[in-house]
Amino acid sequence: MTARSNPLAAFSDPHLCAPLLQRLERALEGKELRFMEVCGTHTVAIFQSGLRSLLPACVTHLSGPGCPVCVTHDAEVATFLELAQQKNVIIATFGDLLRVPGPDGTSLKHAQAAGAHIEIVYSPLDSLRLAQANPQSLVVFLGIGFETTAPTVAATILTAQQQGIKNFCVLSFHKLVPPALQVLLQDVECNIDAFLLPGHVSTILGLEPYAFLAQQYHVPGVVAGFEPADILLALCLMAEQRREGKPAVVNAYRRAVADTGNARAREIMDAVFAPADALWRGLGCIEQSGLVIRPELADFDAMRRLDLHLPATTKVTGCRCGDVLKGRIMPNACPLFGKRCTPAQPVGPCMVSTEGSCAAYYKYNLE
Amino acid sequence: MCLAIPAQITEILENNMAKARVGESDTYLTSSTMLLPEPPTVGQYVIVHAGFCLHTLSEEEAQESLKMFRDIAAVLETENQGCTVKPL
Ligand code: SF4
Repeated sequence: MTARSNPLAAFSDPHLCAPLLQRLERALEGKELRFMEVCGTHTVAIFQSGLRSLLPACVTHLSGPGCPVCVTHDAEVATFLELAQQKNVIIATFGDLLRVPGPDGTSLKHAQAAGAHIEIVYSPLDSLRLAQANPQSLVVFLGIGFETTAPTVAATILTAQQQGIKNFCVLSFHKLVPPALQVLLQDVECNIDAFLLPGHVSTILGLEPYAFLAQQYHVPGVVAGFEPADILLALCLMAEQRREGKPAVVNAYRRAVADTGNARAREIMDAVFAPADALWRGLGCIEQSGLVIRPELADFDAMRRLDLHLPATTKVTGCRCGDVLKGRIMPNACPLFGKRCTPAQPVGPCMVSTEGSCAAYYKYNLE
Repeated sequence: MCLAIPAQITEILENNMAKARVGESDTYLTSSTMLLPEPPTVGQYVIVHAGFCLHTLSEEEAQESLKMFRDIAAVLETENQGCTVKPL
C-alpha cells in the first residue's frame, strides 16, 4: 500500500462546476441542446448528483439505450426462462436480470421460487468456481452487457478452455453500442443533437468506432467521465462544436480512456465472439449489433449446446420502453409510469435496473 | 450492472490476479488483470468491472485534466473581473 493520495478524488470537487456552467451558458447561445447518454452509469450519475436541476433550461437530457438490462429483448428473457426449466442446469447471472419480466409476466425470480437453481454472481469468473463446485451440473452464464462486459465474458470462456472446465457455457446476448447509435440517428423522430459517449465502453473501444457520428451525421460525440464536472465539460464541448460548426468525436475522459481503447481486451473479445444481428428492446433487430460465440468454441455456447431458440414473442403490455430508450418520450409520459409500473412492480425493464431511465425518474422525481 | 469503479492495486497475486482497494474504504476487490495490455504494479489505479481490471488509470492524464478544469475557472474569473456586467 502506498501513501500516495488518491488523484481521482479531486474531480468530485464541486468548485469545478460553477465555471463550467458559465462556459456552457455562453456556448449554448440560448439554443436548445438535446443530448443523449447511452450508459447506465451516466444516467445514475446525472440524477444522483443533482446535475439535472443545475443545467440551463434549454438543455434536455435523454437517457438512451445504455442500460444492458433495459435493452434485453422479450425473446431473450423468454429464453432465460426456458433455460431455467432445464434439469441439471445452474444459471449464473448478474443480479439485475432476476426481476425482468418475460413475455408472460414471470421473471427468473419466479423461476427461482419454483425451484430453478439460479446463482447471482459479481463476475463471470465466479461461474467457473460454481462449475468446479458442481461437477454434475452445467453452469450457464447469462451473457448480457456491452463492450465493457463482453471482454470479461470472453476472458472467462478462454480461462475455462485453458483449465479444461467442461460443464460451463454462456448464453451470449451481448450487444454493441455503435450500431445502436446509428439506428437512433437514422430515426428522424429521435432528434438528438449530441451524444455523451459511455466512459467505460470507450475504455475498450477508443474513439474510432464512433467516428461516423460526426463524419456521416454531423453530430458531436464526447466521451465523458462520471463526475458532474466531467459531464459539464462534455456538454461545453458539444455546444462549442455546434457553435463553431465543427462536430467531432472527442475524448474528455483521458484519465480513463485512451483514444485507441484497450486493444488487448478487443483481441480477447474478437477471439471468442463474432458480430451478428441482434434483437434490442424497443429498437428491434439491428444488423451486426450483437455478439455470438464463434463456432470453434461451440462447446461454450449455450444456444448450440442446449439447442435453444429465440421464440417469437408478441407481448402487449402498454410498456413504452422503446420510445423512452429512443428519447421520443420522457419516462413519466408513459401512461403506466408510477401507476401500474413501479420499481417494486416493474412492467418493463427500464423500471427494473437502478440504471434504467424509468427507475431513475421514479426515484429522483417522485420520491 | 455497468458499474465500473476505480481501485488502487495493493497486491499482485498469482494467475493474473490482483488485489485492489476501493477508494479509502475497507473494501478490497480481487480481480483478473488478464485484459490489461501491461501487468499493473502496486500503487497504480485501475478501473475494475465484473471482476476484471479494464484499464490502468493514467495519473499524468488525471493531473493534466485537473489542471485544465482549474484553468477554465481561472480564465473565467479574469474575464469576469474585466466585465462591467457581472453574470448572476
Ligand atoms: S414506466 Fe414502466 S411500463 Fe412505462 S416505459 Fe417505463 S418501464 Fe415501461
